[in-house]
Amino acid sequence: MIGSIAQLRATRRPAWLGPLVALLAVYAVFAIITPEHSFLRPQIFLTMARQSVVLGLCALGMTLVIVTGGIDLSTGSLVALTTVVLAKMLKGGSSPAVAVACAVGVATLVGAFVGVCVGRFRLMPFVVTLGTMAVLRGSAIGLANEQKIDCDPRGLDHVLEASLSSPGIWTALALAAVVALVLGYTRFGRHVFAVGSNEAAARLCGIDTGRVKILVYALSSLLVGIAGVMEFSTLTVGDPTDSVGLELDVIAAVVIGGAPLAGGEGSVLGSVFGALLIIVIRTGAVHMGMPSWVQYIVTGVIIFVAVAVDSARRRTRA
Amino acid sequence: MSEGARVLALDGIEKSFGPVVVLRGVELACHAGEVHAVLGENGAGKTTLMRILLGVEHADRGTMTLAGKPYAPRGPADARRSGVAMVPQERTLCPHLDVVENIVLGIEPAGMLGVLRGRDARALAEQSLALVAGPGRISLDARAGDLSVADQQLVEIARALAQGGTSARVLVLDEPTASLGKSDADRLFERVKALAESGLAILLVTHFLADVRAHAVRYTVLRDGKVHGAGDPREVAAEVIVREMLGRELLSVRAEAEARRPPDAAGDTLLDVRALRGEKKPREATFVLKRGEILGIAGLVGSGRTELLRAILGLDERTSGDVVTNAPRGIGLLSEDRGGEGLMLGRSIADNIALSPRGPFVVNPAATRAAGTRWIAELSVRTSGPDQHVGELSGGNQQKVQIARMLREDFDVLLVDEPTRGIDVASKAQVLELLRELARKGKGIVLVSSQLDELVSTCDRIAVLRHGELGPARPAAEWDEQELLLEAAS
Repeated sequence: MIGSIAQLRATRRPAWLGPLVALLAVYAVFAIITPEHSFLRPQIFLTMARQSVVLGLCALGMTLVIVTGGIDLSTGSLVALTTVVLAKMLKGGSSPAVAVACAVGVATLVGAFVGVCVGRFRLMPFVVTLGTMAVLRGSAIGLANEQKIDCDPRGLDHVLEASLSSPGIWTALALAAVVALVLGYTRFGRHVFAVGSNEAAARLCGIDTGRVKILVYALSSLLVGIAGVMEFSTLTVGDPTDSVGLELDVIAAVVIGGAPLAGGEGSVLGSVFGALLIIVIRTGAVHMGMPSWVQYIVTGVIIFVAVAVDSARRRTRA
Repeated sequence: MSEGARVLALDGIEKSFGPVVVLRGVELACHAGEVHAVLGENGAGKTTLMRILLGVEHADRGTMTLAGKPYAPRGPADARRSGVAMVPQERTLCPHLDVVENIVLGIEPAGMLGVLRGRDARALAEQSLALVAGPGRISLDARAGDLSVADQQLVEIARALAQGGTSARVLVLDEPTASLGKSDADRLFERVKALAESGLAILLVTHFLADVRAHAVRYTVLRDGKVHGAGDPREVAAEVIVREMLGRELLSVRAEAEARRPPDAAGDTLLDVRALRGEKKPREATFVLKRGEILGIAGLVGSGRTELLRAILGLDERTSGDVVTNAPRGIGLLSEDRGGEGLMLGRSIADNIALSPRGPFVVNPAATRAAGTRWIAELSVRTSGPDQHVGELSGGNQQKVQIARMLREDFDVLLVDEPTRGIDVASKAQVLELLRELARKGKGIVLVSSQLDELVSTCDRIAVLRHGELGPARPAAEWDEQELLLEAAS
């Protein structure tokens, strides 16, 4: 009886606790080893917050996708395409609002297409998004005539800044809260978990699992589109070769956040902490003047540790 | 018990898959307040009938009536809304979701924007769970994956009831006790009876005759897609029901078994299994296998047949007991899951036969092909050649490829699991003849099969596995199918 209560407590331990502890620990290490405690200054927090926005927004969408047991490899290409579409429209004289709406709309349509392939035609998400990754990168380069598109950012360059009044940071936080609420407290969120946990069971209960997947990929790409707008705000140009390999950082953030690639589990908070952890490592390494290979290795080791801890936790429970 | 109102009536149901007729005019009536058992051997058409009832398949001819109205569900969700729910044999809970979430899955009470009403969901789950389990037995907050199999079963029944809503009328339980121990099974039936008494009609699909005689008030036997017997199982002798299920004359098979060489002609001991116990199954298995003999293992679905073979090989963990082997060339397993673990369906016949943990590091493709060609001739596999993919072969020929691989490895002991599943009659005879031939050549064979006639006609000795416990092996000539089925189902 006591054993079963202890077991119950172990299962009920929130999944984001581990990533939070890791985040605080890594931050503490950097805070201690940086000279003159420069890692404790408020400005460094704002810098890291700004840098986390793109990765964090993509990780929100990827969390939904991975909870259904899927994967999306086209995130980086889609961010690049979004910046190109945005720049091209601004250059063509569109108002910033219209340009943003179109760029995000294109991203959402791409996600819906992937969702239909996965949800209706039952294609493997890995293969589908491997395809869209290449097609979107190619489209972005072609659309931009193989060069960066310079344009007047018309105020979009002020969306994301390292300041407390930056709308980009607050938008990202608000979206994280919305996605967390949707995943935790709506019928749709429950169905997302059910699809990843046991798709046959979900179908047996009358859930249109294909529709759930279409919505998940569309929603995920919508968030990636918004991340693209934030990326443009930093770049102030449309860059078709931007964000190559971003998807791997995003997947790493979600995995560190406690979502197994097999699906059925995951949390927005965990993924956000995972993204923050990657940014803290990156910023800390730069701050310390460490060569870039160090941050790759540290990030890699953290992924290993996250997966090992998670697997050990599962085994003791089983 | 007074007879309840007729809730469900099936009339003249017929169904064919291509040229194969599966159901030929099945009649079945279900009454409120009673447990009605549907019996039959593997392939008798029980599963197809239930799938039609649930709307997964659609009958070619015949009508269904539910509570006096025509009933033609478009799918399982539609059937549930009409009040017909099924708890399938395999577990269909979402292991990561908790009990409440599982019970209300697909029918979550929600308000504006799909925001969940947690308290309503909890009340709904609590209410339906109370129908199947005593208070406090199952925590509403436990993750489904952490529950015992028996509790998962109860949650599934609760879910089926919740999703039928207030209109739940018919509950189909497909082999509900197949993976349960005796005490869990008894507790489940207690609950099922209580549900029936509350006015539900319950259809119980099962192999366990003892359960039927103890808990059902009506039974229907299906054989070759037809109803071959019905009545009150408490009044009909078990032997009569068994005969209705098997339906053939058994004397010829038995005579054949008697005519065979007596088992004492067998040679030295190859395999000595003592009080073997696996993690869940088997619970206790002791037997000796000698050179030149075929030992048959009979048992129902869920009795732990495959688990026994896996535990002998060490594929599954053993918790206690010994396996002493005297098989210098090793032990081979012919898996019942040909496509899943027995064969590489996307590779050639030659590659499948050549697959081995031993052998040279560098592979000579020409030699592999030549060996493939030899084995194809040896076992008369029907194929275009050694390069043909195994996935393109018929079931019987796939089975021959699996056997060819074991012969090439030249194992001393062969553990053979359901070798004739899903293959046609002619190939079936060939495969069984091949096994007898191997035994004559000095191999020891353990044959697991749910085809009882096959066991009686092929094996030298047969033991019955029941709830994970293996009974003593007796010469095949002393068994017949009826006795085997009675023993296994008791």
